[in-house]
Amino acid sequence: MIEARIKKTFAASPGSAGFTLDIAFTAQAGVTVLFGPSGAGKTLTLDALAGFLAPDEGRILLDDQILFDGATRVNLPPQRRNCGYVFQNYALFPHMTLRQNLEFAAERRPPLERHRRVNEMLEKFALTGVASRRPGEVSGGQQQRCSIARALIGAPRMLLLDEPSRGLDAPLRAGFYQAVRQVREEFALPIVLVTHDLEECFELGGRMLVLREGRLAQQGSPREITVAPASAEVAQLLGGYSLLDAEILALDPGRNTSRLRLLEATLGAAEIAGPYLPGHFRGDRVQLCLRQDALRGQPRQGGLGVNQVAVQLIEWSERPRGSMARFNAGLAAEVSLANAEAWRHLKDWLIEIPAEAVRAL
Amino acid sequence: MDVDWFPLWLSLRVAALSTLLAAGLGLWIAYLLANRAFPGKEALDAAVSLPLVLPPTVLGYYLLVLLGRTSPLGAVYEWLFGGPLVFTWQAAVAAAFLHSAPLLVKSSRAALESVDHSYERAARCLGAPEWKLFWRVTFPLARRPIFAAVALAFARSLGDFGVTIMIAGNIPGRTQTVAVAIYDAVEAGNGALARLLVLVVSAVAILILWLANRLTGRQARS
Repeated sequence: MIEARIKKTFAASPGSAGFTLDIAFTAQAGVTVLFGPSGAGKTLTLDALAGFLAPDEGRILLDDQILFDGATRVNLPPQRRNCGYVFQNYALFPHMTLRQNLEFAAERRPPLERHRRVNEMLEKFALTGVASRRPGEVSGGQQQRCSIARALIGAPRMLLLDEPSRGLDAPLRAGFYQAVRQVREEFALPIVLVTHDLEECFELGGRMLVLREGRLAQQGSPREITVAPASAEVAQLLGGYSLLDAEILALDPGRNTSRLRLLEATLGAAEIAGPYLPGHFRGDRVQLCLRQDALRGQPRQGGLGVNQVAVQLIEWSERPRGSMARFNAGLAAEVSLANAEAWRHLKDWLIEIPAEAVRAL
Repeated sequence: MDVDWFPLWLSLRVAALSTLLAAGLGLWIAYLLANRAFPGKEALDAAVSLPLVLPPTVLGYYLLVLLGRTSPLGAVYEWLFGGPLVFTWQAAVAAAFLHSAPLLVKSSRAALESVDHSYERAARCLGAPEWKLFWRVTFPLARRPIFAAVALAFARSLGDFGVTIMIAGNIPGRTQTVAVAIYDAVEAGNGALARLLVLVVSAVAILILWLANRLTGRQARS
Protein backbone atom coordinates (compact mmCIF):
# COMPACT_ATOMS: atom_id res chain seq x y z
CA MET A 1 0.00 0.00 0.00
CA ILE A 2 1.18 3.50 -0.81
CA GLU A 3 0.43 6.31 1.59
CA ALA A 4 1.47 9.65 0.20
CA ARG A 5 1.25 13.24 1.29
CA ILE A 6 3.10 15.43 -1.18
CA LYS A 7 3.58 19.16 -1.22
CA LYS A 8 5.81 20.86 -3.75
CA THR A 9 5.83 24.48 -4.84
CA PHE A 10 7.34 25.71 -8.05
CA ALA A 11 7.94 29.45 -7.85
CA ALA A 12 6.59 31.62 -10.63
CA SER A 13 9.21 32.77 -13.09
CA PRO A 14 9.11 34.87 -16.24
CA GLY A 15 7.40 32.70 -18.82
CA SER A 16 5.75 30.31 -16.38
CA ALA A 17 3.16 30.77 -13.69
CA GLY A 18 3.89 29.20 -10.34
CA PHE A 19 2.46 25.81 -9.50
CA THR A 20 1.72 24.05 -6.24
CA LEU A 21 1.21 20.34 -5.95
CA ASP A 22 -0.54 19.54 -2.70
CA ILE A 23 -2.20 16.14 -2.46
CA ALA A 24 -2.66 13.26 -0.06
CA PHE A 25 -3.91 9.83 -1.00
CA THR A 26 -3.50 6.13 -0.41
CA ALA A 27 -3.28 3.45 -3.08
CA GLN A 28 -4.05 -0.18 -2.20
CA ALA A 29 -3.13 -3.24 -4.23
CA GLY A 30 -5.00 -2.90 -7.52
CA VAL A 31 -5.28 -0.06 -9.96
CA THR A 32 -5.47 3.57 -8.85
CA VAL A 33 -5.97 6.01 -11.69
CA LEU A 34 -4.72 9.59 -11.53
CA PHE A 35 -7.10 11.45 -13.79
CA GLY A 36 -6.90 15.09 -14.77
CA PRO A 37 -6.14 17.57 -17.51
CA SER A 38 -2.61 18.35 -18.69
CA GLY A 39 -0.79 20.38 -16.08
CA ALA A 40 -2.83 19.05 -13.16
CA GLY A 41 0.24 17.51 -11.52
CA LYS A 42 -0.36 13.85 -12.40
CA THR A 43 3.12 13.11 -13.71
CA LEU A 44 4.70 15.19 -10.92
CA THR A 45 2.91 12.95 -8.44
CA LEU A 46 4.29 9.87 -10.16
CA ASP A 47 7.78 11.41 -10.19
CA ALA A 48 7.56 12.09 -6.47
CA LEU A 49 6.59 8.45 -5.82
CA ALA A 50 9.44 7.15 -8.00
CA GLY A 51 12.00 9.48 -6.43
CA PHE A 52 12.68 11.79 -9.36
CA LEU A 53 11.17 14.77 -7.58
CA ALA A 54 11.81 15.67 -3.96
CA PRO A 55 8.71 17.24 -2.37
CA ASP A 56 9.14 20.30 -0.16
CA GLU A 57 7.26 18.57 2.60
CA GLY A 58 5.15 15.50 3.18
CA ARG A 59 5.68 11.81 3.59
CA ILE A 60 5.57 8.84 1.27
CA LEU A 61 5.19 5.35 2.71
CA LEU A 62 5.31 2.11 0.79
CA ASP A 63 3.95 -0.61 3.06
CA ASP A 64 5.99 0.10 6.19
CA GLN A 65 9.00 1.58 4.43
CA ILE A 66 9.55 5.34 4.42
CA LEU A 67 10.46 6.49 0.92
CA PHE A 68 10.31 10.17 1.70
CA ASP A 69 9.82 12.15 4.85
CA GLY A 70 10.16 15.92 4.82
CA ALA A 71 10.41 16.19 8.60
CA THR A 72 13.34 13.77 9.04
CA ARG A 73 14.80 14.51 5.58
CA VAL A 74 14.57 10.96 4.36
CA ASN A 75 14.58 10.76 0.57
CA LEU A 76 15.46 7.37 -0.88
CA PRO A 77 16.99 7.46 -4.37
CA PRO A 78 14.95 5.79 -7.14
CA GLN A 79 17.33 2.80 -7.04
CA ARG A 80 16.20 1.90 -3.52
CA ARG A 81 12.46 2.41 -3.93
CA ASN A 82 11.47 -0.94 -5.39
CA CYS A 83 9.35 0.77 -7.93
CA GLY A 84 8.49 -0.38 -11.46
CA TYR A 85 7.98 2.55 -13.83
CA VAL A 86 6.49 2.24 -17.30
CA PHE A 87 7.31 5.35 -19.28
CA GLN A 88 5.13 6.92 -21.90
CA ASN A 89 7.70 6.15 -24.61
CA TYR A 90 8.46 2.80 -22.86
CA ALA A 91 12.16 3.81 -22.53
CA LEU A 92 13.38 0.38 -23.62
CA PHE A 93 17.15 0.64 -24.08
CA PRO A 94 17.45 0.82 -27.87
CA HIS A 95 20.95 -0.70 -28.00
CA MET A 96 19.92 -3.89 -26.20
CA THR A 97 17.71 -6.77 -27.29
CA LEU A 98 14.46 -7.36 -25.43
CA ARG A 99 16.15 -10.17 -23.51
CA GLN A 100 19.06 -7.92 -22.56
CA ASN A 101 16.59 -5.27 -21.44
CA LEU A 102 15.05 -7.76 -19.03
CA GLU A 103 18.46 -9.07 -17.94
CA PHE A 104 19.59 -5.53 -17.15
CA ALA A 105 16.68 -5.27 -14.74
CA ALA A 106 17.35 -8.65 -13.12
CA GLU A 107 21.08 -8.31 -12.60
CA ARG A 108 20.92 -8.27 -8.85
CA ARG A 109 19.75 -11.88 -8.87
CA PRO A 110 22.07 -14.89 -9.10
CA PRO A 111 22.71 -15.97 -12.73
CA LEU A 112 20.64 -19.16 -12.73
CA GLU A 113 17.62 -17.56 -11.15
CA ARG A 114 18.01 -14.54 -13.41
CA HIS A 115 17.94 -16.71 -16.49
CA ARG A 116 14.87 -18.57 -15.30
CA ARG A 117 13.07 -15.37 -14.37
CA VAL A 118 13.82 -13.68 -17.70
CA ASN A 119 12.47 -16.69 -19.60
CA GLU A 120 9.43 -16.76 -17.38
CA MET A 121 8.65 -13.10 -18.06
CA LEU A 122 9.29 -13.41 -21.78
CA GLU A 123 6.79 -16.24 -21.86
CA LYS A 124 4.22 -14.55 -19.66
CA PHE A 125 4.16 -11.50 -21.92
CA ALA A 126 4.34 -13.46 -25.20
CA LEU A 127 7.80 -12.16 -26.13
CA THR A 128 9.79 -15.40 -26.41
CA GLY A 129 9.80 -15.32 -30.22
CA VAL A 130 11.20 -11.80 -30.45
CA ALA A 131 13.54 -11.88 -27.44
CA SER A 132 16.67 -11.52 -29.55
CA ARG A 133 15.41 -8.45 -31.40
CA ARG A 134 15.96 -4.85 -30.44
CA PRO A 135 13.08 -2.57 -29.47
CA GLY A 136 13.23 -0.81 -32.84
CA GLU A 137 12.58 -4.09 -34.61
CA VAL A 138 9.43 -5.20 -32.80
CA SER A 139 5.83 -3.95 -32.85
CA GLY A 140 4.44 -1.26 -30.56
CA GLY A 141 2.44 -3.82 -28.60
CA GLN A 142 5.55 -5.95 -28.04
CA GLN A 143 7.51 -2.90 -26.89
CA GLN A 144 4.73 -2.07 -24.49
CA ARG A 145 4.57 -5.57 -23.03
CA CYS A 146 8.36 -5.72 -22.77
CA SER A 147 8.38 -2.44 -20.90
CA ILE A 148 5.83 -3.78 -18.42
CA ALA A 149 7.75 -7.05 -18.09
CA ARG A 150 10.99 -5.15 -17.47
CA ALA A 151 9.35 -3.03 -14.80
CA LEU A 152 8.03 -6.14 -13.03
CA ILE A 153 11.02 -8.45 -13.26
CA GLY A 154 12.76 -7.05 -10.21
CA ALA A 155 9.64 -7.81 -8.10
CA PRO A 156 8.77 -4.18 -7.38
CA ARG A 157 6.35 -3.24 -4.62
CA MET A 158 4.56 -0.64 -6.72
CA LEU A 159 4.04 -0.15 -10.43
CA LEU A 160 3.73 3.31 -11.95
CA LEU A 161 2.46 3.90 -15.48
CA ASP A 162 2.71 7.33 -17.09
CA GLU A 163 0.02 7.77 -19.77
CA PRO A 164 0.94 4.42 -21.26
CA SER A 165 -1.90 4.34 -23.78
CA ARG A 166 -1.47 7.85 -25.15
CA GLY A 167 -1.26 7.81 -28.91
CA LEU A 168 -2.07 4.11 -29.26
CA ASP A 169 -4.59 2.87 -31.80
CA ALA A 170 -7.63 0.91 -30.63
CA PRO A 171 -6.21 -2.66 -30.94
CA LEU A 172 -2.98 -1.69 -29.15
CA ARG A 173 -4.99 0.00 -26.46
CA ALA A 174 -7.09 -3.14 -25.96
CA GLY A 175 -3.88 -5.17 -25.74
CA PHE A 176 -2.54 -2.80 -23.14
CA TYR A 177 -5.69 -3.03 -20.99
CA GLN A 178 -5.38 -6.80 -21.24
CA ALA A 179 -1.77 -6.67 -20.04
CA VAL A 180 -2.58 -4.39 -17.11
CA ARG A 181 -5.50 -6.59 -16.04
CA GLN A 182 -3.17 -9.58 -16.18
CA VAL A 183 -0.69 -7.77 -13.95
CA ARG A 184 -3.50 -6.77 -11.59
CA GLU A 185 -4.58 -10.40 -11.19
CA GLU A 186 -1.14 -11.98 -10.92
CA PHE A 187 0.85 -9.44 -8.93
CA ALA A 188 -0.67 -8.12 -5.74
CA LEU A 189 0.81 -4.64 -5.81
CA PRO A 190 -0.45 -1.07 -6.05
CA ILE A 191 -0.58 0.09 -9.66
CA VAL A 192 -0.76 3.85 -10.13
CA LEU A 193 -1.67 4.92 -13.63
CA VAL A 194 -1.78 8.43 -15.07
CA THR A 195 -4.32 9.19 -17.74
CA HIS A 196 -6.59 11.88 -19.07
CA ASP A 197 -8.84 9.37 -20.75
CA LEU A 198 -12.08 8.72 -18.89
CA GLU A 199 -12.75 5.44 -20.68
CA GLU A 200 -9.41 4.15 -19.46
CA CYS A 201 -10.48 4.85 -15.89
CA PHE A 202 -13.45 2.55 -16.38
CA GLU A 203 -11.43 -0.11 -18.20
CA LEU A 204 -8.86 -0.39 -15.42
CA GLY A 205 -9.67 1.70 -12.45
CA GLY A 206 -10.60 0.27 -9.13
CA ARG A 207 -10.18 3.75 -7.75
CA MET A 208 -9.92 7.08 -9.42
CA LEU A 209 -8.31 10.26 -8.12
CA VAL A 210 -9.34 13.43 -9.95
CA LEU A 211 -6.53 16.00 -9.96
CA ARG A 212 -7.01 19.61 -10.83
CA GLU A 213 -4.44 22.38 -10.55
CA GLY A 214 -2.24 20.35 -8.23
CA ARG A 215 -5.03 19.36 -5.86
CA LEU A 216 -7.21 16.36 -5.34
CA ALA A 217 -10.68 17.42 -6.54
CA GLN A 218 -12.47 14.12 -5.90
CA GLN A 219 -11.79 10.45 -5.28
CA GLY A 220 -13.87 7.32 -5.53
CA SER A 221 -14.71 4.60 -8.00
CA PRO A 222 -15.04 5.82 -11.59
CA ARG A 223 -18.79 5.15 -11.43
CA GLU A 224 -19.27 7.07 -8.18
CA ILE A 225 -17.46 10.02 -9.69
CA THR A 226 -19.34 10.12 -12.98
CA VAL A 227 -22.71 9.68 -11.24
CA ALA A 228 -21.98 12.40 -8.74
CA PRO A 229 -19.24 14.86 -9.65
CA ALA A 230 -18.30 16.74 -6.49
CA SER A 231 -18.02 20.16 -8.11
CA ALA A 232 -18.63 22.12 -11.28
CA GLU A 233 -14.90 21.84 -12.04
CA VAL A 234 -14.95 18.06 -11.85
CA ALA A 235 -18.10 17.96 -14.01
CA GLN A 236 -16.36 20.10 -16.61
CA LEU A 237 -13.26 17.88 -16.53
CA LEU A 238 -15.30 14.74 -17.03
CA GLY A 239 -17.45 16.33 -19.74
CA GLY A 240 -21.04 15.34 -20.56
CA TYR A 241 -22.82 17.42 -17.92
CA SER A 242 -25.08 20.47 -18.13
CA LEU A 243 -24.86 22.93 -15.25
CA LEU A 244 -27.93 25.07 -14.48
CA ASP A 245 -28.61 27.57 -11.71
CA ALA A 246 -31.90 27.01 -9.90
CA GLU A 247 -33.88 28.18 -6.89
CA ILE A 248 -35.44 25.69 -4.50
CA LEU A 249 -39.20 26.27 -4.30
CA ALA A 250 -40.10 23.28 -2.13
CA LEU A 251 -38.45 20.31 -0.43
CA ASP A 252 -40.17 17.13 0.72
CA PRO A 253 -37.85 14.66 2.43
CA GLY A 254 -40.76 12.23 3.06
CA ARG A 255 -41.50 11.70 -0.61
CA ASN A 256 -37.90 12.39 -1.64
CA THR A 257 -38.93 15.23 -3.95
CA SER A 258 -38.21 18.87 -4.54
CA ARG A 259 -39.49 21.63 -6.80
CA LEU A 260 -36.95 23.78 -8.55
CA ARG A 261 -37.20 26.90 -10.68
CA LEU A 262 -34.54 27.20 -13.36
CA LEU A 263 -33.00 30.64 -13.26
CA GLU A 264 -31.52 30.59 -16.74
CA ALA A 265 -33.35 33.40 -18.60
CA THR A 266 -33.64 31.60 -21.93
CA LEU A 267 -35.53 28.74 -20.29
CA GLY A 268 -38.41 31.04 -19.25
CA ALA A 269 -38.27 30.35 -15.51
CA ALA A 270 -39.36 26.76 -16.07
CA GLU A 271 -40.14 24.65 -13.01
CA ILE A 272 -39.06 21.05 -12.68
CA ALA A 273 -39.35 18.31 -10.10
CA GLY A 274 -36.23 16.82 -8.61
CA PRO A 275 -35.22 14.50 -5.79
CA TYR A 276 -34.94 15.73 -2.20
CA LEU A 277 -31.73 17.78 -1.89
CA PRO A 278 -30.16 17.10 1.51
CA GLY A 279 -28.34 19.98 3.12
CA HIS A 280 -30.31 22.68 1.33
CA PHE A 281 -33.25 24.87 2.34
CA ARG A 282 -36.26 26.29 0.61
CA GLY A 283 -35.28 29.50 -1.17
CA ASP A 284 -31.64 28.44 -1.60
CA ARG A 285 -29.99 28.96 -4.92
CA VAL A 286 -28.16 25.88 -6.09
CA GLN A 287 -26.24 24.77 -9.13
CA LEU A 288 -27.78 21.71 -10.74
CA CYS A 289 -25.58 19.17 -12.46
CA LEU A 290 -27.47 17.16 -15.09
CA ARG A 291 -26.03 14.10 -16.77
CA GLN A 292 -26.53 14.64 -20.47
CA ASP A 293 -26.93 10.94 -21.21
CA ALA A 294 -30.00 10.95 -18.95
CA LEU A 295 -31.67 13.91 -20.71
CA ARG A 296 -34.19 13.11 -23.42
CA GLY A 297 -34.62 15.53 -26.28
CA GLN A 298 -37.18 15.58 -29.08
CA PRO A 299 -38.70 18.15 -31.46
CA ARG A 300 -41.53 20.11 -29.85
CA GLN A 301 -45.10 19.57 -31.00
CA GLY A 302 -47.68 21.39 -28.89
CA GLY A 303 -47.36 21.96 -25.13
CA LEU A 304 -44.82 20.89 -22.56
CA GLY A 305 -45.32 17.94 -20.25
CA VAL A 306 -43.99 17.31 -16.75
CA ASN A 307 -40.26 18.19 -16.31
CA GLN A 308 -40.01 19.31 -19.90
CA VAL A 309 -38.42 22.60 -20.91
CA ALA A 310 -38.53 24.35 -24.29
CA VAL A 311 -35.15 24.85 -25.99
CA GLN A 312 -33.68 25.90 -29.32
CA LEU A 313 -31.26 23.71 -31.27
CA ILE A 314 -27.88 25.43 -31.62
CA GLU A 315 -25.50 22.79 -32.85
CA TRP A 316 -25.66 19.29 -34.23
CA SER A 317 -22.70 16.95 -34.20
CA GLU A 318 -22.17 13.33 -35.13
CA ARG A 319 -20.95 10.68 -32.70
CA PRO A 320 -19.80 7.12 -33.38
CA ARG A 321 -23.14 5.67 -32.23
CA GLY A 322 -25.64 8.48 -32.72
CA SER A 323 -25.80 12.25 -32.79
CA MET A 324 -25.41 14.95 -30.19
CA ALA A 325 -27.81 17.90 -30.18
CA ARG A 326 -26.74 21.03 -28.31
CA PHE A 327 -29.24 23.62 -27.12
CA ASN A 328 -29.31 26.97 -25.39
CA ALA A 329 -28.51 27.14 -21.64
CA GLY A 330 -25.76 24.54 -22.09
CA LEU A 331 -28.25 21.68 -22.40
CA ALA A 332 -27.51 18.76 -24.67
CA ALA A 333 -29.01 15.39 -25.47
CA GLU A 334 -28.10 12.33 -27.47
CA VAL A 335 -30.29 11.49 -30.48
CA SER A 336 -30.49 7.93 -31.79
CA LEU A 337 -29.51 7.20 -35.38
CA ALA A 338 -33.11 6.27 -36.21
CA ASN A 339 -34.37 9.81 -35.55
CA ALA A 340 -31.29 11.80 -36.57
CA GLU A 341 -32.14 12.44 -40.24
CA ALA A 342 -35.72 13.57 -39.60
CA TRP A 343 -34.88 15.79 -36.62
CA ARG A 344 -31.60 17.46 -37.37
CA HIS A 345 -33.08 20.48 -39.20
CA LEU A 346 -35.81 21.29 -36.67
CA LYS A 347 -35.24 24.32 -34.44
CA ASP A 348 -37.79 24.01 -31.64
CA TRP A 349 -37.15 21.17 -29.24
CA LEU A 350 -38.11 20.10 -25.77
CA ILE A 351 -35.86 18.49 -23.21
CA GLU A 352 -37.20 16.17 -20.58
CA ILE A 353 -35.22 16.22 -17.38
CA PRO A 354 -35.96 13.03 -15.37
CA ALA A 355 -36.08 13.78 -11.67
CA GLU A 356 -33.44 11.12 -10.94
CA ALA A 357 -30.96 12.85 -13.26
CA VAL A 358 -31.05 16.03 -11.17
CA ARG A 359 -28.25 16.59 -8.68
CA ALA A 360 -27.29 19.69 -6.76
CA LEU A 361 -23.63 20.58 -6.36
CA MET B 1 65.38 15.53 -50.65
CA ASP B 2 66.40 14.34 -47.23
CA VAL B 3 63.34 14.79 -45.08
CA ASP B 4 63.44 14.67 -41.30
CA TRP B 5 60.19 12.93 -40.31
CA PHE B 6 60.85 13.31 -36.59
CA PRO B 7 58.45 16.31 -36.13
CA LEU B 8 55.56 14.33 -37.65
CA TRP B 9 56.16 11.27 -35.46
CA LEU B 10 56.55 13.47 -32.40
CA SER B 11 53.31 15.27 -33.20
CA LEU B 12 51.42 12.02 -33.64
CA ARG B 13 52.80 10.70 -30.38
CA VAL B 14 52.04 13.92 -28.52
CA ALA B 15 48.56 14.07 -29.99
CA ALA B 16 47.81 10.44 -29.13
CA LEU B 17 48.94 10.88 -25.54
CA SER B 18 47.17 14.17 -24.99
CA THR B 19 43.97 12.80 -26.56
CA LEU B 20 44.10 9.85 -24.21
CA LEU B 21 44.46 12.19 -21.24
CA ALA B 22 41.77 14.52 -22.56
CA ALA B 23 39.37 11.63 -23.19
CA GLY B 24 39.78 10.33 -19.64
CA LEU B 25 39.63 13.58 -17.76
CA GLY B 26 37.36 15.31 -20.26
CA LEU B 27 34.73 12.59 -20.21
CA TRP B 28 34.67 12.70 -16.43
CA ILE B 29 34.26 16.49 -16.38
CA ALA B 30 31.63 16.27 -19.11
CA TYR B 31 29.75 13.71 -17.01
CA LEU B 32 29.89 15.96 -13.97
CA LEU B 33 28.69 18.98 -15.93
CA ALA B 34 25.92 17.02 -17.62
CA ASN B 35 24.57 15.15 -14.60
CA ARG B 36 25.51 16.68 -11.30
CA ALA B 37 24.62 19.85 -9.51
CA PHE B 38 27.49 21.00 -7.31
CA PRO B 39 28.83 24.31 -6.03
CA GLY B 40 31.27 25.83 -8.49
CA LYS B 41 29.69 24.12 -11.49
CA GLU B 42 29.39 27.42 -13.35
CA ALA B 43 33.01 28.23 -12.53
CA LEU B 44 34.18 24.84 -13.78
CA ASP B 45 32.18 25.28 -16.97
CA ALA B 46 33.75 28.72 -17.50
CA ALA B 47 37.24 27.44 -16.72
CA VAL B 48 36.81 24.66 -19.26
CA SER B 49 35.68 27.10 -21.93
CA LEU B 50 38.41 29.65 -21.27
CA PRO B 51 41.14 27.99 -23.38
CA LEU B 52 38.82 28.24 -26.38
CA VAL B 53 38.78 32.03 -26.26
CA LEU B 54 42.23 32.96 -24.89
CA PRO B 55 45.10 33.56 -27.35
CA PRO B 56 47.44 30.53 -27.39
CA THR B 57 50.38 32.62 -26.26
CA VAL B 58 48.44 33.71 -23.19
CA LEU B 59 47.63 30.08 -22.43
CA GLY B 60 51.27 29.20 -22.96
CA TYR B 61 52.33 31.92 -20.56
CA TYR B 62 49.94 30.63 -17.91
CA LEU B 63 51.28 27.13 -18.39
CA LEU B 64 54.86 28.42 -18.06
CA VAL B 65 53.94 30.08 -14.79
CA LEU B 66 52.00 27.04 -13.61
CA LEU B 67 54.49 24.35 -14.61
CA GLY B 68 57.80 26.24 -14.68
CA ARG B 69 60.79 25.19 -12.57
CA THR B 70 60.02 27.74 -9.85
CA SER B 71 56.35 26.79 -9.49
CA PRO B 72 55.18 24.21 -6.90
CA LEU B 73 53.62 22.03 -9.62
CA GLY B 74 56.81 22.15 -11.65
CA ALA B 75 58.83 21.26 -8.56
CA VAL B 76 56.61 18.26 -7.85
CA TYR B 77 57.06 17.09 -11.44
CA GLU B 78 60.81 17.50 -11.20
CA TRP B 79 60.90 15.55 -7.94
CA LEU B 80 58.74 12.76 -9.45
CA PHE B 81 60.47 12.38 -12.82
CA GLY B 82 63.94 13.71 -12.07
CA GLY B 83 63.87 16.53 -14.59
CA PRO B 84 61.99 19.73 -15.36
CA LEU B 85 58.83 19.58 -17.46
CA VAL B 86 59.26 22.74 -19.51
CA PHE B 87 61.02 22.46 -22.88
CA THR B 88 60.56 18.68 -23.10
CA TRP B 89 58.23 16.74 -25.36
CA GLN B 90 56.05 16.02 -22.32
CA ALA B 91 55.44 19.75 -22.10
CA ALA B 92 54.18 19.58 -25.67
CA VAL B 93 51.68 16.96 -24.44
CA ALA B 94 50.49 19.40 -21.78
CA ALA B 95 50.14 22.10 -24.43
CA ALA B 96 48.19 19.85 -26.78
CA PHE B 97 46.01 18.70 -23.90
CA LEU B 98 45.10 22.26 -23.01
CA HIS B 99 44.38 22.97 -26.63
CA SER B 100 42.10 19.99 -27.24
CA ALA B 101 40.42 19.10 -23.93
CA PRO B 102 37.90 22.02 -23.88
CA LEU B 103 36.51 20.98 -27.24
CA LEU B 104 36.22 17.41 -26.09
CA VAL B 105 34.46 18.37 -22.85
CA LYS B 106 31.97 20.58 -24.65
CA SER B 107 31.11 18.05 -27.34
CA SER B 108 30.95 15.11 -24.91
CA ARG B 109 28.73 17.05 -22.55
CA ALA B 110 26.35 17.86 -25.41
CA ALA B 111 26.42 14.20 -26.46
CA LEU B 112 25.67 12.97 -22.92
CA GLU B 113 22.90 15.52 -22.48
CA SER B 114 21.30 14.55 -25.77
CA VAL B 115 20.49 11.07 -24.43
CA ASP B 116 16.77 10.89 -23.62
CA HIS B 117 16.45 11.22 -19.85
CA SER B 118 13.75 8.58 -19.68
CA TYR B 119 16.39 5.90 -20.39
CA GLU B 120 18.39 7.07 -17.39
CA ARG B 121 15.29 7.28 -15.24
CA ALA B 122 14.26 3.80 -16.30
CA ALA B 123 17.70 2.44 -15.39
CA ARG B 124 17.52 4.10 -11.98
CA CYS B 125 14.09 2.62 -11.28
CA LEU B 126 15.50 -0.78 -12.24
CA GLY B 127 18.03 -0.38 -9.46
CA ALA B 128 21.10 0.40 -11.56
CA PRO B 129 23.80 2.29 -9.64
CA GLU B 130 25.03 5.48 -11.32
CA TRP B 131 28.24 3.93 -12.71
CA LYS B 132 26.33 1.06 -14.29
CA LEU B 133 23.81 3.50 -15.69
CA PHE B 134 26.64 5.50 -17.26
CA TRP B 135 28.64 2.65 -18.78
CA ARG B 136 25.71 0.48 -19.84
CA VAL B 137 23.13 3.05 -20.91
CA THR B 138 24.25 6.66 -21.31
CA PHE B 139 27.70 6.07 -22.78
CA PRO B 140 26.64 3.41 -25.33
CA LEU B 141 23.81 5.67 -26.49
CA ALA B 142 26.13 8.68 -26.80
CA ARG B 143 29.25 6.83 -27.95
CA ARG B 144 29.26 7.89 -31.60
CA PRO B 145 29.27 11.63 -31.00
CA ILE B 146 31.78 11.06 -28.17
CA PHE B 147 34.11 9.10 -30.48
CA ALA B 148 33.71 11.86 -33.04
CA ALA B 149 34.67 14.41 -30.38
CA VAL B 150 37.75 12.33 -29.51
CA ALA B 151 38.77 12.21 -33.18
CA LEU B 152 38.41 15.98 -33.46
CA ALA B 153 40.36 16.45 -30.24
CA PHE B 154 43.17 14.36 -31.76
CA ALA B 155 43.18 16.54 -34.88
CA ARG B 156 43.28 19.65 -32.76
CA SER B 157 46.13 18.29 -30.62
CA LEU B 158 48.07 17.68 -33.80
CA GLY B 159 47.78 21.30 -34.84
CA ASP B 160 48.74 23.23 -31.75
CA PHE B 161 51.41 25.86 -32.33
CA GLY B 162 51.17 28.77 -29.91
CA VAL B 163 51.02 26.97 -26.60
CA THR B 164 53.61 24.41 -27.68
CA ILE B 165 56.20 26.97 -28.70
CA MET B 166 55.73 28.87 -25.45
CA ILE B 167 56.19 25.90 -23.14
CA ALA B 168 58.01 23.21 -25.17
CA GLY B 169 60.02 25.47 -27.39
CA ASN B 170 61.52 24.63 -30.77
CA ILE B 171 64.31 22.17 -30.19
CA PRO B 172 64.87 20.11 -33.37
CA GLY B 173 64.91 16.41 -32.63
CA ARG B 174 63.47 16.91 -29.15
CA THR B 175 60.46 19.19 -28.94
CA GLN B 176 59.94 20.34 -32.50
CA THR B 177 56.38 19.26 -33.43
CA VAL B 178 55.17 19.35 -36.99
CA ALA B 179 53.34 22.68 -36.64
CA VAL B 180 56.49 24.27 -35.28
CA ALA B 181 58.64 22.54 -37.91
CA ILE B 182 56.54 24.05 -40.69
CA TYR B 183 57.00 27.51 -39.23
CA ASP B 184 60.70 26.82 -38.89
CA ALA B 185 61.01 25.61 -42.50
CA VAL B 186 59.22 28.67 -43.85
CA GLU B 187 61.44 30.96 -41.76
CA ALA B 188 64.52 29.15 -43.06
CA GLY B 189 63.35 29.45 -46.66
CA ASN B 190 62.95 25.68 -47.04
CA GLY B 191 59.76 25.85 -49.12
CA ALA B 192 59.85 22.26 -50.29
CA LEU B 193 59.91 20.85 -46.74
CA ALA B 194 57.17 23.23 -45.61
CA ARG B 195 54.95 22.21 -48.55
CA LEU B 196 55.47 18.51 -47.90
CA LEU B 197 54.67 18.76 -44.18
CA VAL B 198 51.65 20.98 -44.90
CA LEU B 199 50.30 18.41 -47.34
CA VAL B 200 50.82 15.51 -44.94
CA VAL B 201 49.19 17.35 -42.02
CA SER B 202 46.27 18.37 -44.23
CA ALA B 203 45.79 14.78 -45.35
CA VAL B 204 45.75 13.53 -41.76
CA ALA B 205 43.29 16.24 -40.75
CA ILE B 206 40.96 15.45 -43.65
CA LEU B 207 41.10 11.76 -42.79
CA ILE B 208 40.11 12.49 -39.20
CA LEU B 209 37.30 14.84 -40.24
CA TRP B 210 35.96 12.18 -42.56
CA LEU B 211 36.07 9.65 -39.71
CA ALA B 212 34.30 12.04 -37.33
CA ASN B 213 31.59 12.79 -39.87
CA ARG B 214 31.06 9.10 -40.50
CA LEU B 215 30.64 8.51 -36.78
CA THR B 216 28.10 11.27 -36.27
CA GLY B 217 26.41 10.60 -39.60
CA ARG B 218 25.59 7.01 -38.77
CA GLN B 219 24.24 8.07 -35.43
CA ALA B 220 21.78 10.36 -37.16
CA ARG B 221 20.61 7.63 -39.51
CA SER B 222 20.08 4.87 -36.96
